[in-house]
Amino acid sequence: MEATSQTHARLEALIEGSHLEIWREHNRALLRRLESKHSSATFIEDALSTEMILNIGPQHPATHGVLRVVARLDGEIIRSCVIDIGYLHRGIEKVAEYKTFQEFMPYTDRMDYLSPYSNNVALCLAVEKLAQIEVPERGQYIRTIACELARILAHLLWLGSMVMDSGAVSMFLWTFREREKIYDLFDLIAGARLTVSHARIGGVASDLTPEAIEAIRSFIRSFPRELRDWEKLLNKNRIWLERNEGIGVVSAERALELGLTGPNLRASGVPYDVRTFEPYLVYDRVEFDVPVRTEGDNLARYYVRMEEMRQSVRIIEQCLRQLPPGPIRNENAKLSYPHKAEVYYSMEGLIHDFMYTDWGVCPPKGAEAYAAIEAPKGELGFYIQSDGTGFPWRLKIRSPSFCNIQALESMLEGAMVSDVVVLIGGVDPVMGEADK
Amino acid sequence: MTFDDVIAHLEARFPGGIREIRRALGETTILVRTELIRDVCRVLKAELGFNYLVDIAAVDRFTEQERFEVVYNLVALAHGLRLRLKVRCEESDPVVPSITPVYPNANWHEREAWDMMGIRFAGHPDLRRIYLPEDFRYHPLRKEFPLLGIPGSLPLPEKPESPAR
Repeated sequence: MEATSQTHARLEALIEGSHLEIWREHNRALLRRLESKHSSATFIEDALSTEMILNIGPQHPATHGVLRVVARLDGEIIRSCVIDIGYLHRGIEKVAEYKTFQEFMPYTDRMDYLSPYSNNVALCLAVEKLAQIEVPERGQYIRTIACELARILAHLLWLGSMVMDSGAVSMFLWTFREREKIYDLFDLIAGARLTVSHARIGGVASDLTPEAIEAIRSFIRSFPRELRDWEKLLNKNRIWLERNEGIGVVSAERALELGLTGPNLRASGVPYDVRTFEPYLVYDRVEFDVPVRTEGDNLARYYVRMEEMRQSVRIIEQCLRQLPPGPIRNENAKLSYPHKAEVYYSMEGLIHDFMYTDWGVCPPKGAEAYAAIEAPKGELGFYIQSDGTGFPWRLKIRSPSFCNIQALESMLEGAMVSDVVVLIGGVDPVMGEADK
Repeated sequence: MTFDDVIAHLEARFPGGIREIRRALGETTILVRTELIRDVCRVLKAELGFNYLVDIAAVDRFTEQERFEVVYNLVALAHGLRLRLKVRCEESDPVVPSITPVYPNANWHEREAWDMMGIRFAGHPDLRRIYLPEDFRYHPLRKEFPLLGIPGSLPLPEKPESPAR
């Protein structure tokens, strides 16, 4: 009891007169949690001679968004740390209950804004499963191509910022040059660069033009060469290797326990990939490898992502070769938006457009479904319960970044302060997705 | 191993513990008695190979009885199975046993369910809010919480008199 009141007094003293006065209750709970981990902290004026509490973030270039790490340091070693998220919480799941399924889709763009296309597809797949809507083959191929482009897009940002985190800046510019090219491709595919909102329930909004197909072809022809160049630069780079090798090592069992997902999980030796676990779209019709490494350190995560980009190129190549002709969207106007040409020039089309906007697709009452995709950061799933209206009764998003950040909390313990930067970069979180 | 084996095994281990089995859209959902959830998870993990907890969702059913529902999404990697477990609890005292001792990564998922839906998890090591500040008193994903929020419910920090210290 004595110890508790002492702790309490210490926390009060720490909070008093510091910036922690804001959200007093919240910060008190956070610090109390930090105290209860492993051992108790001492708060002494001279921070250099003893343990100190360090706030990293919430606003810092190394935190890849608004992520706050409260760490207790012993010299340079992090003894324990608590991660505080929620600075970007927008209540997306609550908003979803007030939108029709199609209306909600642009919101998914804003979750993982580095690969908006795959988020769109994930939502559409869940709704299509729930309402049992068929998607024509060509639509599925277009989605697959764009999803893989989105994977490259997200991994490029990860690569650039990760290398920047460990001290090199020019790499960031090179990966961004390639990202610009993919943005141009999305401009051709969807008519938008960042928030594409191209998927529709039952298909996609518009077909690939011959120009777009040619542009994608020329991109995947030139991209592997860039990848090779970057690997030449990094794979034998002393600084890069020594900053990443043996950092944040997670064993396979531990990775499952911590709930790591995506490339982070596969870098620890668990070959779990939703594309092969329960194939969606046309992933069962293309050949590709799921890269797995067993080291479980930050370098393994790098190798896995680099190989994934190469596999993405392979998948896109095969999809372009197999791309069948035909419709891109379900023709039943009760299940999917009619084409704009139909809306402008026929009365039925106009009525269907209105009806679809007002009520949307109505899955049967009491139905529930979970559909997941392998987003660039891991398993992105939507769990939807329907009450028979066009609005979801409950829509739960299983976001990969949330799970990865949870694992990060224990990965950071025992690491050095300078490793925090590369570790955050290594698990590749996007706060828009983690905070929902 | 198939879902039939899983269900047969669970029924043998927990007689009367399974309340409902539902198969729809290629998915299997098992509703179990609330107090058994931790033991069911332990059996699923140790004996049936469900070694990966994917997600925990909290649902507001908005009914008179058993208002809240907690949905667990489990994967058995070696067998390629995905199973959905469910438990329900009352509105007056929404408590569900925590499964963090079985699946450590349930920690944040359960905190999220507490934060957004107000379901408490008995035996959770650190049940704090996750998105919202501790000073916030409501649980916004409940159906009665208005979309635009409750005015004045979130105390904003006072404007400092002097520039930042």
